[in-house]
Amino acid sequence: MRGTRMGDRLLHLWTWLVILWLSSPIAVMILFGFNDKQSKSNTTWQGFTLRWYGELFEISDLTTALTNTLVIALVSTAVTVVIGTMLGLALGRHRFRGLGATNFLIFAAISTPELVMGASLLSLFVSGNVPRDSVTIIVAHVLFSLSFVVVTVRARVVGLDPSLEEAARDLGATAWGTFRQVTLPSIMPGVAAGAMLSFALSIDDYVVTSFVNGSTVTFPLWIVGAVKTGIPPQVNVMGTLIFGIGVLIAIGNAIAARRRT
Amino acid sequence: MRRLTPYLLALPGWMWLAIFLIVPMAAMASVSLQSGNAIDGFAMTFSVSNYSDALGRYSTQLVRSLLYGGMATVAMLAIGYPVAYWIAFKGGRRKSVYLFLLLLPFFVSFVLRTISWNFLLADNGILFGTLKGWGLLPADFHVLATTFAVVGGLTYNWLPFMILPIYVALERVDPRVVEAAQDLYATRTAAFRRVVLPLSLPGVFAGVLMTFVPATADPVNAAILGGTANTMIGNIIQTEYLTNLDYPTASALSFTLMGVLLVGIFVYARALGTENVLEAAAR
Repeated sequence: MRGTRMGDRLLHLWTWLVILWLSSPIAVMILFGFNDKQSKSNTTWQGFTLRWYGELFEISDLTTALTNTLVIALVSTAVTVVIGTMLGLALGRHRFRGLGATNFLIFAAISTPELVMGASLLSLFVSGNVPRDSVTIIVAHVLFSLSFVVVTVRARVVGLDPSLEEAARDLGATAWGTFRQVTLPSIMPGVAAGAMLSFALSIDDYVVTSFVNGSTVTFPLWIVGAVKTGIPPQVNVMGTLIFGIGVLIAIGNAIAARRRT
Repeated sequence: MRRLTPYLLALPGWMWLAIFLIVPMAAMASVSLQSGNAIDGFAMTFSVSNYSDALGRYSTQLVRSLLYGGMATVAMLAIGYPVAYWIAFKGGRRKSVYLFLLLLPFFVSFVLRTISWNFLLADNGILFGTLKGWGLLPADFHVLATTFAVVGGLTYNWLPFMILPIYVALERVDPRVVEAAQDLYATRTAAFRRVVLPLSLPGVFAGVLMTFVPATADPVNAAILGGTANTMIGNIIQTEYLTNLDYPTASALSFTLMGVLLVGIFVYARALGTENVLEAAAR
């Protein structure tokens, strides 16, 4: 019995060490947003300052990159959610020809390495002489987020009781009315989860974007480009703010979910 | 009309996947068999020499990528399994808090996290610089630009993707099954080895699949943490496409990488005896 308790303690400690390890770069990021750096590089600690929070938007290329990232994420999420929810509904609710093939395609889209996906899109755009800009980035982002939205929506649709929709129709609701007032609200948690996932995948993507961006620069691309010349503290501040907002949304979501049950 | 509904619902998704997933793969397959360059134009030669040339030049990086991806996957399994086990069986009411903490890194951009690692591991950075200042490390100690840094970075970045599926599988294990094994005089170790471990294998399978493929094909870690001696195939493909504009070679390399990964997945699935690869992975 004593050995058992010892083992559990070790496992508990191990879990916390892993959590600490996973969070350590975040701590570094937050810390260096407050670094009063004197030279070009921002790698050694030189004192505390709030200066970079005040000068957050001083680097115009970086601000443009951040704006591009957010606009691309919003547009691609909107497109992905509509197409993905439709496909998720079809797969979760209906039996039709091509169901197996569609499932296979979804799996293929999830398991293709990002690098290969980016490379193949570039091959297509090069062969077709398609100019590369934010539109091609959005196309690519919709492609890699789509399957994730389909999978989350489908899971929700499968768990749905079909008699609710039948009841609505029996009470004289039109097909569209049933969808808007019964189906959509019931699958909303799945749609919302898919939307958040798709937004997160989009703002974070470097690999696929690096192939299809043309001269459009996004936040992750700008950071990688700046590695050699030194990452300015503003990048850490932006990272910290995005992190903070993300965590707040997640906590808010969790509290809301707990209230509902 | 009702019979048409599923087709109408699926149509936009189908079209997107067909136009931007299938057609590009075909385009890449065709480019990989062509010769020429971006300036003079390409010509279809149906020669497979692109493949043999590319492999001849870059087999070192390909093998290195598979090795690094494999090492990182094994490390993730060794580090992540105990964590998933502890949270699933001993996490109690705070399970969701632990999972939230494990997912925390994903609220920070992947690229930014890797760069923060670079800060942490830098020769005179806040960690090693301080330790060197205290005389706890020799002055020429360094981690950056080593195999250890790259494999460590890969392990770091995908670890949660290994932990989560294993956690989900372990969470489904009924504790009464373990009790039953112990009632039948199985030791704790035997109960784990013969009951819990086999039941968690689908999770391990999904975890390996979700981490090995992206880790092997990732160009970011090696570029930021690896230095010139640790280049991975992802870096080569990126450079060939984006800097050298050698599309035929780059396409041939991309297909080779994907082919090797697919064979790897297949062999792994057979070795583990998983009946349905697609089903296990789709979960």
